[in-house]
Amino acid sequence: MKVKSALLLLVLTIATVLTGCEPLMVLDPKGPQAERQAHDILLSIGIMSFIVIVVFAILIYVLIKYRASKASPDYEPPHIEGNKWVELICVGIPVIIVTYFSIVSVQSNNIVEAKPIKYQDKDPLVIYASSSDWKWHFSYPEQNIETVNYLYIPTDRPIEFKLYSYGPITSFWIPQLGGQKYAMSDMVTTLHLAADEPGEMMGRNANFSGKGTAENTFNVTAMSEKDFDKWVKDVKKTAKPLSEKKFDELLKPGHLGQMTFTGTHLKFSPAPEHDHSPSAKPEEGQTDHSKMEMDMDMSDHQNHE
Amino acid sequence: MEFFERFAIPNPSLAIYASMVAIGLTVVAIIAGLTYFKKWGYLWREWLTTVDHKRIGIMYLLSALIMLFRGGVDAIMLRAQLAVPDNKLLDPQHYNEVFSTHGVIMVMFMAMPFIFAFMNYVVPLQIGARDVAFPRLNALSFWLFFFGAMLFNISFVIGGSPDAGWTSYFPLAGNDFSQHVGTNYYMIAIQISGIGSLMTGINMITTIMKMRAPGMTLMKMPMFTWSVLVTNLIIVTVFPVITVALAMGTMDRLFGTHFFATTNGGMDMLWANLFWVWGHPEVYILILPAFGIYSEIISTFAGRNLYGYKSMVASMVIISALSCMVWAHHFFTMGQGAVANSFFSITTMMIAVPTGVKIFNWLFTLWKGKIRFTVPMLYSLGFIPLFVIGGMTGVMLAMSAADYQYHNTMFLVAHFHNTIIPGVVFAMLAGLTYYWPKMFGFMLNERIGKWSFWTLTIGFCLAFFPMYITGLDGQARRMYTYSEATGYGPLNMVSFVGAGVMAISFALIVYNVYYSVRYSPRNIGADPWDARSLEWATHTPVPEYNFAVEPQVASSEGFWDAKKKGHALFPGKVEKIHMPNNSGVPFIMGAIFFVLGFSLVFSLWIPAILSLIGILACMALRSFEQDHGRYISVKEIEETETKLRGAK
Amino acid sequence: MKVDHSLPLEYGTKQNGLNIFGFWVFLAAEIMLFATLFTSYFTLEHRTGSGPSGTEIFEIAPVIIETLLLLTSSFTIGLGVHAMRLGRKKAMMTFFVITLLLGLGFLGFEIDEFITYIHDGATLQTSAFTAMLMTTLGTHGLHVTFGLFWGTAILLQVKKRGLTPETANKSFIFSLYWHFLDVVWIFIFSFIYLKGMM
Repeated sequence: MKVKSALLLLVLTIATVLTGCEPLMVLDPKGPQAERQAHDILLSIGIMSFIVIVVFAILIYVLIKYRASKASPDYEPPHIEGNKWVELICVGIPVIIVTYFSIVSVQSNNIVEAKPIKYQDKDPLVIYASSSDWKWHFSYPEQNIETVNYLYIPTDRPIEFKLYSYGPITSFWIPQLGGQKYAMSDMVTTLHLAADEPGEMMGRNANFSGKGTAENTFNVTAMSEKDFDKWVKDVKKTAKPLSEKKFDELLKPGHLGQMTFTGTHLKFSPAPEHDHSPSAKPEEGQTDHSKMEMDMDMSDHQNHE
Repeated sequence: MEFFERFAIPNPSLAIYASMVAIGLTVVAIIAGLTYFKKWGYLWREWLTTVDHKRIGIMYLLSALIMLFRGGVDAIMLRAQLAVPDNKLLDPQHYNEVFSTHGVIMVMFMAMPFIFAFMNYVVPLQIGARDVAFPRLNALSFWLFFFGAMLFNISFVIGGSPDAGWTSYFPLAGNDFSQHVGTNYYMIAIQISGIGSLMTGINMITTIMKMRAPGMTLMKMPMFTWSVLVTNLIIVTVFPVITVALAMGTMDRLFGTHFFATTNGGMDMLWANLFWVWGHPEVYILILPAFGIYSEIISTFAGRNLYGYKSMVASMVIISALSCMVWAHHFFTMGQGAVANSFFSITTMMIAVPTGVKIFNWLFTLWKGKIRFTVPMLYSLGFIPLFVIGGMTGVMLAMSAADYQYHNTMFLVAHFHNTIIPGVVFAMLAGLTYYWPKMFGFMLNERIGKWSFWTLTIGFCLAFFPMYITGLDGQARRMYTYSEATGYGPLNMVSFVGAGVMAISFALIVYNVYYSVRYSPRNIGADPWDARSLEWATHTPVPEYNFAVEPQVASSEGFWDAKKKGHALFPGKVEKIHMPNNSGVPFIMGAIFFVLGFSLVFSLWIPAILSLIGILACMALRSFEQDHGRYISVKEIEETETKLRGAK
Repeated sequence: MKVDHSLPLEYGTKQNGLNIFGFWVFLAAEIMLFATLFTSYFTLEHRTGSGPSGTEIFEIAPVIIETLLLLTSSFTIGLGVHAMRLGRKKAMMTFFVITLLLGLGFLGFEIDEFITYIHDGATLQTSAFTAMLMTTLGTHGLHVTFGLFWGTAILLQVKKRGLTPETANKSFIFSLYWHFLDVVWIFIFSFIYLKGMM
């Protein structure tokens, strides 16, 4: 039984660490979406641990009670076909648990896939986050500025990230604000996040995209709306404009530090047009680069659902 | 010179050169050994040309063990690289190649042949048949798998290994982002062995549906045979999907089409969808036979019939149906929206119900039993709690909103290793120990076996449980390194230690084989475990015709009935037996497929076309050939029977 | 080999029964293969990039001829199997030869169709749509090509060895294969050509 007790000990250790002194990133949410996800995670860990313990208990009991070394040598185990009621319970309890989880899951899906409820009455800040090997470009069309590898966001305001990629599929992830979503080259995906309190956070590409994936990270700073506006003003005063030539240079594979520009690349290199929301109909293949440039003037309205 | 440059390794390192030398030396040693001991003829007559399901099963088994070693070395390298922060052991390119090959080898070239080994060896015996329905096709299946695996493995020393992950998502796997031929190897090697798997699927379904012993109705089949039937139905359903996907991927890479490219209308998500339409059922292809093996072992060593036979069958059928409806849970984060995610979230969680039924049925099989803690039983008992943990984290991952946080993290890595290792690997090792005496005529040492079980279990817990924690702490998967500031260091070190302990366990298994070959007693009889189903009713070693007289059964435990209830298992008398002839064609065809694959990898069109013609010629040869097999005479059978009976 | 004379010749031996059953399972796998191709086709149908769309390149006349050829060949092979069951070797061979000739005609038109596409600037490399179209049609076309060789091989065997349980079994399985290709073509005709031209 060594392993069984070792296992129990391990589960307990995990539980202690999970609730322990230094919280794990995902379980230390700084925004409403991550909070919901952390809630789901802890809830499921709780219920699942209960089931695990029940199975462990039955197993240990059976193994101790019915081991051959204890039974008399002429004991013949009976032939038992199965019992309707016992099996009904074995189906029923999992069904109840799965139903409960399904309800939670559907609710959570609708919550994380929409503007955070807490900030329902506020206009979202739209940020285009695009990845290239192995950098992140953040365009703020509203403010008309662009940053590379760092992200400033205001607190207490919903943020709508529009994600796409200049290369392999990447996944935009800020664990403390909420779970990830893919950025792909032929469509725009939308991720709704928000920050409740000021602070610095880690953000990264979580999807394997080649040699430089490990370093494909960015810093996220949440600050009050006032500080954010001040930062925007500063940028406009100090940063250089982003030219198409400069942007093409930025796209080359490699790693860059943090950079700041005025203007965004959306003007000369707009986001792809397939909007992968369930309502959007497939448009006729317009991902071709030359076509994309011709349709440039469309880029203003096409990404709003 | 230019012609040969393509075969060079794009990112050479000392380790690769060392393995080139090692591979070269091994090949020379094997050739020299075979020549010195004059074993070429024996090898060709008895093994390379064999169509006997038992020998083919053993060849699958050996290949799987070799691949387990290769994949295991990959795993150790990965854990070593991550053991400390900012480690420089592997550079990113090598790390990427190693985790890509680790995944492909473990799934396609280790787990698959391992289950095929048991399917081949056990199923015909368990249903009382003389062989599978199409013995020669069976040999071809094996050789396609084998040469596919070899093709994949030489990528390491010729041209470069695949580096886009075992999932090879486009556009990363396309020519733009993965220029060297590695991904070509991936596409073509999996294609070749996949065709072999599909043929096995057809073969096994026909065998089980048409060749069962008299009295064995579908609901009287042993549980392992049921699991194999369901598994092969899944194989026939989903392998064509990966065939098409791989063909499209190959065309993107070799002919410049735009199926999955980023330009000209290509759609990278199509690959992800097709891959997982196959990929998810694929994990059930691996786990269902494992469930079958556990069912056999638990019932044998509990000394009881399997509890809830009907619900066991029903749950497998339901699992197989559901498995084809859950593929999108591998990319909840692709932005399908709340409705699609909710659908796939619910179907995924529903799988927990039939799986739960199976777990409870195993527990109830132990109930009122007389439990013997042999090595196969230990693996089966270790499987239950560990797999329950893996299953529970599976339900957690199925909650799509929360999955946004687990996706692409070590939490996910921990989850699927937690299901595959206790689920599949434990089952394979349990099956290996359980069927070893039937295959080779002696038992593996129990004491060493127990040591390897405990080290494997402890090593597994150490290696993978910490990943749940680092995953929740934001450690993404497939990252070749991390900084010290992240604080992932200590837990990754624990994982590395765990991987080391697991390595010790596998070394113990190898030692056990060596030890048992030398010291195990050979007079073990036909039924060393006091088992219940037909495969134990024939002699050890099993004669080539399996059963001298066709067995007749009245329940799923024909042999047990014969032992305890006086059921007449072999009522008929000996008649001459028809057996298929050996053939070299499957081996030669497999070898030509290897040449074809290699030529395609490097776009060498002339040899590719020539080998294609060669393959067609082999098929034509088979069509025109008149081979009606041969008969074993009654006299010969009786002589063999007397000899085997005497050997008891 | 034990031959059970109460059954049709192609089912006569145990191995014959296994072969036919196994081939049905194989056809199930083939259905999945083509289903995957069709699904991918529907997904990529409108992703034409800078290349032409289906409406622009499809022509009804050759497609109708191809359809007629293949449908007729399915009928003639049916007659062939019927003749085989009656034990009329010569009639059976004649119908098989007609079937193969019709198949050859189909293939000729299909190759011509491909040449036209390439001439119209719709090559394998043009767009996801053209690649998918050519792969789906090509997979069917390759099946027909393989069938031509296979059918010829069987004809030669029937000619040499007569109608034995073995050759009858092969001929019957080949007819299953040929009917299957016909069914696939009906799907191609309806869901690729007709749908594409509308």
